[in-house]
Amino acid sequence: MIYRETGQFKTTYASDQQLFPILQDRAFVIGFLAFAFGVMPFIASEYMFRAILVPFLILSLAALGLNILVGYCGQVSLGTGGFMAVGAYAAYNLAVRMPDLNLLVIFLLAGACATLVGVLFGIPSLRIKGFYLAVATLAAQFFIDWLFARVKWFTNDAPSGSVSAPPLAMFGYPIESPAQKYLFVLAIVVAFALIARNLVRGAIGRSWMATRDMDVAAEVIGIRPLAAKLTAFAVSSFFVGIAGALWAFVYLGSWEPLAFDVNRSFQLLFMVIIGGLGSILGSFLGAAFIVILPLVLNQLPTAMGIPLSTAAISHIEVMVFGALIVFFLIVEPRGLARLWAIGKEKLRLWPFPH
Amino acid sequence: MNPATTRNLTIAFFVLLVGGAISPLLGSALLPQWIEVVLGGLMTGVLYSLVAIGLVLIFKASGVFNFAQGAMVLFAALSLVRLMEKMPFALALIATLAIMVALAFVIERLVLRPLVNQEGIVLFMATLGVAYFLDGFGQTLWGSEIYTLNVGMPKEPKILLESVFEGGILVNMEDVIAAVIAAILVAALALFFQKTATGRALRAVADDHQAAQSVGIPLNRIWVIVWSVAGLVALVAGVIWGSKLGVQFSLSQVALKALPVVILGGFTSIPGAIVGGLIIGLGEKLSEVYLGPFFGGGIENWFAYVLALVFLLFRPEGLFGERHIDRV
Repeated sequence: MIYRETGQFKTTYASDQQLFPILQDRAFVIGFLAFAFGVMPFIASEYMFRAILVPFLILSLAALGLNILVGYCGQVSLGTGGFMAVGAYAAYNLAVRMPDLNLLVIFLLAGACATLVGVLFGIPSLRIKGFYLAVATLAAQFFIDWLFARVKWFTNDAPSGSVSAPPLAMFGYPIESPAQKYLFVLAIVVAFALIARNLVRGAIGRSWMATRDMDVAAEVIGIRPLAAKLTAFAVSSFFVGIAGALWAFVYLGSWEPLAFDVNRSFQLLFMVIIGGLGSILGSFLGAAFIVILPLVLNQLPTAMGIPLSTAAISHIEVMVFGALIVFFLIVEPRGLARLWAIGKEKLRLWPFPH
Repeated sequence: MNPATTRNLTIAFFVLLVGGAISPLLGSALLPQWIEVVLGGLMTGVLYSLVAIGLVLIFKASGVFNFAQGAMVLFAALSLVRLMEKMPFALALIATLAIMVALAFVIERLVLRPLVNQEGIVLFMATLGVAYFLDGFGQTLWGSEIYTLNVGMPKEPKILLESVFEGGILVNMEDVIAAVIAAILVAALALFFQKTATGRALRAVADDHQAAQSVGIPLNRIWVIVWSVAGLVALVAGVIWGSKLGVQFSLSQVALKALPVVILGGFTSIPGAIVGGLIIGLGEKLSEVYLGPFFGGGIENWFAYVLALVFLLFRPEGLFGERHIDRV
């Protein structure tokens, strides 16, 4: 009874085309954002910021980028970790070599570097698809890993191979406390989610989806596959690159190439599959799921009084992830986002069954 | 790009590769070392081929690109090594084989059957899930330390051709035995595929699922058989690798190299898997030893993938694969 759009008439094109056409959705999103910006910084504990909120937000951004490529354009990538690394190391080099640059500019430029690399490795997608492309992106992953581990210039000749981000500051204000970091990341992620949401419902997003659904038909109706695929790679790696820079600068602080290895790529792919392919909301749900699940698995055995070693827990975690992937692919290929949509549909009819 | 250009490019590529491989020969004092590197590379290649054969088998019979082959290698090796603590080798081997067959049943029933008729990429992601599950399950069940697998292979290297070269050439007997076992396995598989009724059924399924089904070949049973055979291949690879490197988690990672191998050799060709494995093993070692010093080493990690990437651009069907044209 509460969630029903009856009586909400649209009298202008603008109101028909707005992001959230249903009043209740709009109210919910605005309320949620107000809570995230206004209340969360005061009530969350430091552990909450460090272990859950900040990694969740940054990985959501990366998952969002990957979802644009995999979910919207249908090009599977196993090189996401590598593109994150490009963003992280580009940001590091910019920050070290040009210390006067504004932090936001650094992040945007880092995203641009990742875009270049992403497009470069996206070129094979014009000739190959499916798992051939997966292997091609895997090549990107391993090559980039090696590049940052072995070519000293990228790490500014750091002897141990591990590099540290300079202290973060914006317009003279330092970003130090967990709450400040959280707000900084939140603002960026919200801005990019908005951009993504608008991209995928515009002409460019439609060309991606047409390419995904049937490339030949898309070409016939006048979509250039070259442009569609390469823009998907470009936008996706831009998002992923910025997420990589944030991951390195805000979450890790100091890092080595191992932080962006092939397992990170798989983890992000899992987020996208579990969250929902081709859904902005799904990227967030998937990221939340995969960030929180290990924490729950860590707490659960002790809470239930079963003593388990950390090694055993990490193995069980891997196992649960694998089983969940298969489960979701079989039972709900469109992921958590689909469950959410079904829930909303049910809510519209409630309390009636039909 | 027309076929002639592609062919010429492929030939040019191999001339370059062979040229690069032979070039150290010019200084003849380096010859023994060069032969050792080549042999070492070929032996690594044999191991890659073993994993790749498992991949190709499953791809041919069910169109599934099995990412979990590496995890199966690790799982088989772990099972074997832990069972050997409790029983003699032969018994443990049989028990592990039984486990792999049971695994094939479970995968067919729980993963493949519900996903029948799905797109290839969905199945690929499903096997990615299976790979993770197996990695976690194997280590939960059998433990995650590094186990040494001793199946009685000679460990000492032999020095050959001492009369020809100064110092002779070091050859690892273990590697030679591994290569022989691999050759026997491939021959047995070829016989199985060509001469038995089941093998014919497998090839029929590979050609056309629906046609095979309509002449009465039970698809589900064929899949179980093919995954069991892949399990057997994984077990052999696991034994050889396990005794060479120790049974540990990295086995499953090294097996990722089988992906570029099948791209190089072609998805549907067992000879392709073998040749691809040899080329990648050889190229990787040669480039590491002779080019590595100029780039700071570690080329081994990406050489195979980048080679596959280059190959994809010029000859996507691989060396021996069926030409398959798709609009992209």
